[in-house]
Amino acid sequence: MPVENKIDFDTLIKSDQVHGSLYHNEEIYKEELEKIWFKTWVYVGHESEIPKTNDFIMKSIGPQPVIMTRDRKNKIQLLQNRCPHRGNQVCVKQKGNAKLFTCPYHSWTFSNSGDLVGYAFPEGYEGNPNADKKKLGLAKVARVASYRGFIFGSMAEEGPSLEEHLGGAMEMLDRVCLTSPEGEIEVTAGFLKHKTRSNWKFLVENETDGYHPAFVHSSIFSVAESGIGGLYDNKSTALTRDYGNGHTEVDLRPEFRKFDEPMRWFGTTPKKLPDYVKNMNAAYGDTRAREIMIDGTPHAMIYPNLFIAEIQLFVIQPVAVDETVQHVTALQFKGAPVLNRRMRQQTMGSVGPAGFLLADDSEMYERTQRGVKSKQPEWLFLGRGEQREYRDEDGYRVSHATDETPSRGIWRHYRSLMEE
Amino acid sequence: MTTNKIIPADILLHHEVSQFIFHEAKLQDEHEYDAWEALWADDGVYWIPANGTDIDPEKEMSIIYDNRSRIALRIRQFHTGKRYAQEPKSGVRRVTSNIEVTTLENGEIEARANSIIFEANLRGEFTWACRYIYNLRRKGDGFEMKKKTVLLANNDKALYTLAFLV
Ligand code: FES
Ligand SMILES: [Fe+2]
Repeated sequence: MPVENKIDFDTLIKSDQVHGSLYHNEEIYKEELEKIWFKTWVYVGHESEIPKTNDFIMKSIGPQPVIMTRDRKNKIQLLQNRCPHRGNQVCVKQKGNAKLFTCPYHSWTFSNSGDLVGYAFPEGYEGNPNADKKKLGLAKVARVASYRGFIFGSMAEEGPSLEEHLGGAMEMLDRVCLTSPEGEIEVTAGFLKHKTRSNWKFLVENETDGYHPAFVHSSIFSVAESGIGGLYDNKSTALTRDYGNGHTEVDLRPEFRKFDEPMRWFGTTPKKLPDYVKNMNAAYGDTRAREIMIDGTPHAMIYPNLFIAEIQLFVIQPVAVDETVQHVTALQFKGAPVLNRRMRQQTMGSVGPAGFLLADDSEMYERTQRGVKSKQPEWLFLGRGEQREYRDEDGYRVSHATDETPSRGIWRHYRSLMEE
Repeated sequence: MTTNKIIPADILLHHEVSQFIFHEAKLQDEHEYDAWEALWADDGVYWIPANGTDIDPEKEMSIIYDNRSRIALRIRQFHTGKRYAQEPKSGVRRVTSNIEVTTLENGEIEARANSIIFEANLRGEFTWACRYIYNLRRKGDGFEMKKKTVLLANNDKALYTLAFLV
């Protein structure tokens, strides 16, 4: 059934203003599910979460659960958790290793690539031309693709390829992996799940909003003597960048290059991580390794739901128009056990329901969600820095770290998706 | 005191530990941050696991896994007055019960208890349920906390912000 285009997004989204209803209108949310979440490329999980043949883990695409499996042939599958018989949830375990999934309701059994391998009491279907096993398997997410271990799914049979979707933002995933001496990241530390009573778009925009940290996070910056505060100061040399297709970043490299100190991005020194530095030098050569260790990992928002915050990986999951879950874990770099331990420790301190940073972000998400329900002024103003924005050598829009270039890019892309 | 001769030692210990737990609960409910922090031993560990009760906090994410210096940092953040998730502070009242007390071989005392916590904040009103495991050491007339583990009954689910002291 085609969705009737009743909402005129052109009138709700201007270059520097968006209408408040975009965050709380139920109809708009339903349309977003069809046009964004159940259509475009959405990040689902990482290959390291299902390392062995027949491993599976429960993931999601928007509000909907999907079972991510590594099947008998080691192919990654994204299966919808709905029995083709009467709709029961086939799997309720969070993760495990299984060749077969048996639906508990009437015992239909599926392979981990989704095929129906048998139904109970088969006599009742014998000779019935509609009971074709080939047509009664678990539904699959139409397209599955991965880049450097990051697995994405699209429920649309056709559309841009993952490479086309990622575009220039693909390089940010390369940068994440570079920081590992083995060129690979792993997602092995388990997720915290932080629920917030706010629309998902407030979270997406906040991830690369470099304007708020100086205020929302001043409490922890001041008492932890953290160097992060300066990165988002009015005098910072860091940049915001809009890669197009909704992908954005806060590029902190100018600040780190200014100081020219390896591992400053992680608030430490090479002396404290001798094995890591040795392995990086061996892998990339001293000069390149030093550059990588100065630049650090990116602060990157891959639209619509993968956020890499230097040392953390977040997955944003809308569950209702005004409810969103942030799944968050520490990034782990292959071949860097000591660094990994420190990343887990820092992550546990910063994020999740009790985190020094994210609990306060979440507080802002919820207050803005309630705030935009007030009738006036109707619009949100996202014009910060529009007059000083410019194009970098690759043609992407960039501006000061505290400017709203990312938000404007996110909305430009959103409008193009919703008008389709 | 004559009473000590009449009351068996285990009952006395149960009473003392219970009083300590009730005192700690009150300090948390009333956001008496400094008095609460003073209950901690120098090697204290405050642990709230996620995704079950048997995870290894050295390998997997926990909601809180604070050593003593991070407990102090948490308190300092409250004192800035800009810990927005607790400004305004939640209205909190908890009922702690089902207290079981054992003395471990190393002389430390382990207490287990259940708690139901009511929280009111800007978002609304919420109920939390948990199992507490206290590892206590004698200190003067009372105890100090060497470890407090909080096993939330729903720690495998997505949780709203949990920024008050639990
Ligand atoms: S609903 Fe799954 S077997 Fe009947
Ligand atoms: Fe933030």
